[in-house]
Amino acid sequence: MTPSNQHDEKKPFPWHLVFFLGPGLLIYVVFSVYPLLDTLVLSLFNEQQGQSSFVGLQNFITLVTDETWSQAFWNALGNNFKFFAIHMLVQNPIGLLLAVLLSSPKLRLSGTYRTLIFMPTMLSVVIIGFVWQLLLSPIWGISENFLYSIGLGQYFDAWLGKESSALITLAFISVWQFVGIPMMLIYATLLNIPDDIVDASVVDGANSFQTFWHIKLPLILPTIAMVSILTFVANFNAFELIYAVKGALAGPDFSTDLMGTFFYRTFFGFQLQQGSASMGAAVATLMFLIILVGVMLFLFFIQRRIQRFQF
Amino acid sequence: MFNVRSASPETKMATKLTCLAAILLSSTGIAQAANGLSIESWRSDDANIWSDVIIPAFNKSHPDTKVNFAPTPPTEYNSALQAKLKAGSAGDLITCRPFDTALDLYKDGYLANLNDLNGLKQFSDVAKSAWVTDDGKDQFCMPVASVIHGFVYNKEIFKELNLSVPKTRDEFFKTLDTIKSESRYIPLAMGTADQWEAATMGFQNIGPNYWEGEKGRKALLSGKEKLTDKAYVDTWKELAQWKPYLGRGFEAQKYSDSQNLFTLGRAAIYPAGSWDIQTFNNQADFEFGAFPPPVAKSEDTCYISDHTDMGIGINASSTNKEAAKIFLNWMASKEFATLYANAVPGFFPLSDHQIDIKDPVAQEFMSWRQQCESTIRNSYQILSRGTPNLENQLWNVSAQVINGTMTPEAAAKETQEGLEQWYKPQQ
Repeated sequence: MTPSNQHDEKKPFPWHLVFFLGPGLLIYVVFSVYPLLDTLVLSLFNEQQGQSSFVGLQNFITLVTDETWSQAFWNALGNNFKFFAIHMLVQNPIGLLLAVLLSSPKLRLSGTYRTLIFMPTMLSVVIIGFVWQLLLSPIWGISENFLYSIGLGQYFDAWLGKESSALITLAFISVWQFVGIPMMLIYATLLNIPDDIVDASVVDGANSFQTFWHIKLPLILPTIAMVSILTFVANFNAFELIYAVKGALAGPDFSTDLMGTFFYRTFFGFQLQQGSASMGAAVATLMFLIILVGVMLFLFFIQRRIQRFQF
Repeated sequence: MFNVRSASPETKMATKLTCLAAILLSSTGIAQAANGLSIESWRSDDANIWSDVIIPAFNKSHPDTKVNFAPTPPTEYNSALQAKLKAGSAGDLITCRPFDTALDLYKDGYLANLNDLNGLKQFSDVAKSAWVTDDGKDQFCMPVASVIHGFVYNKEIFKELNLSVPKTRDEFFKTLDTIKSESRYIPLAMGTADQWEAATMGFQNIGPNYWEGEKGRKALLSGKEKLTDKAYVDTWKELAQWKPYLGRGFEAQKYSDSQNLFTLGRAAIYPAGSWDIQTFNNQADFEFGAFPPPVAKSEDTCYISDHTDMGIGINASSTNKEAAKIFLNWMASKEFATLYANAVPGFFPLSDHQIDIKDPVAQEFMSWRQQCESTIRNSYQILSRGTPNLENQLWNVSAQVINGTMTPEAAAKETQEGLEQWYKPQQ
């Protein structure tokens, strides 16, 4: 028997797979894979006065070693980590707390709370930025009077304008907007926990805190891990809020500059600064790598160790 | 693989943009047809003025040429124009941003050379400087309008507090002191949240009096003066003195907040650009006036920032260049200058014609051209080409100086060091 005979006996090519997967794959490749790869390639070039030449990793070396670039880069990266830390320490614990409260069977109007808390997530970032600027404005804002009425008036300041507080304030605004997402995800997982497990723990004499700590928390850990990784990716891609509130120069003194705004200034330019597509691509590539490394570390060291339970 | 590709990203980018532009902007292609002229502009606010006043006036003398004003919002203008030019769908007439943005378009061959255009004779060299090649040989856009900096004040508040218009710096700060101590009005309506006001309405507004206008600007270009020189440090020192007269929480006060504080009558003096006149005319229900940046001693020559902001050129691939030239020559006429200056108070024609402006405040701004020496913002020509970008640095340090988080000396040092990194004459 010759190999060609063997070949003839094989099944026909599965054209239906191409038919069903093709359109999705095509869109994914054209709008996601190709631009990504093109960005990576573009970052290896240098363009000056319309001429572009291959320079290898020079753009990246400039970015992390040349003082004019590296200062801005490390500053943006540092700010981004602060921004992420605030989300992890504030947004996700509050989201967890809200989810636990919402899933309490004794709570009335839980549907209303759920909708209200989730509402800001659906609003445009530009609206959020505008509304919060007005609320916090030292000129027209209501937050000063509010603080006075609860006796904390002397602590009011132009938070969005001060170098020391601008980034933290913006992070809190972002937390306020997106706290609905961890809440919803954790809430959905909590609802999935079978009642008999919880009942069994109560029968065994556990109080409600012990039930949460020993029964519910281990069961929602995979969700919390997923929320963390979503937060990480979203924060390192964050741009809109900073741009809407502080503009592309991310003042004062770049204290609110994130990787996203840094990329925007580099790629598109700003006012008299001409944009540089290749340098911008280098920044975008670094953003991609940072996110990639973060996600990989997470997958290797955390995701694999989490135990999953099937009910 | 990279050798094959090395020549291509530029063209590839161009093709990509072309496709994109062709899809998004195909509608503008129609305007190019037949005997019509289409104007690209970022002044979407002025669309009515063009269609109701300026174009009908042009058609009175040139009834055969149809003109279409097709503006794009200011923030998108540069990139949209670039894409349209690459795709070949841009209008016949291109409104030019000053200096490098337009210069790059000329270098890339998108703008036609205008050296033999008759209308250009109506403009001074300073006016033309924003749209000429570095060697001064080739003119590629015709100047249209400039904006002037100064201070706008609330006449009612001045009357109430018995104040007169300050001429010298001492008088200026005395006036501010009086407003601060004797009333609840905010002396100066300016914030640093947007940063550009600190540089544009602050530094570039009062600065020319310190660095003697064009003389200082040219000396900075040639490397004779440094940003660490006394003139520049003193400018920042004066800015630092503004801090106590700004409103509470000025660090978070945005441009629109400042405008509103002034038009609501809560602030007495507003460091202005002449383009604010239109907004104030619409919103303020009190009388306001203007004064130029105060000088050191009353007999000193005064200098104003009369910044060339807008020019107009011809698309190099236009099929209707002759008509475009006729239109440009008409734009250089006194008729256009009068129409434009009165329709858009605050934007001043750059041609040498003597014209009457009806708006009293715009008239006041315009009159400074006779009393004072004109100059343009010193960071705009050539000096903002490199990395770090001088204009961006000026925004940042000027805002910090006013906030009190940076000393004037440190601001001077930082910007000078930035300039020295890439600008040969300063090294």
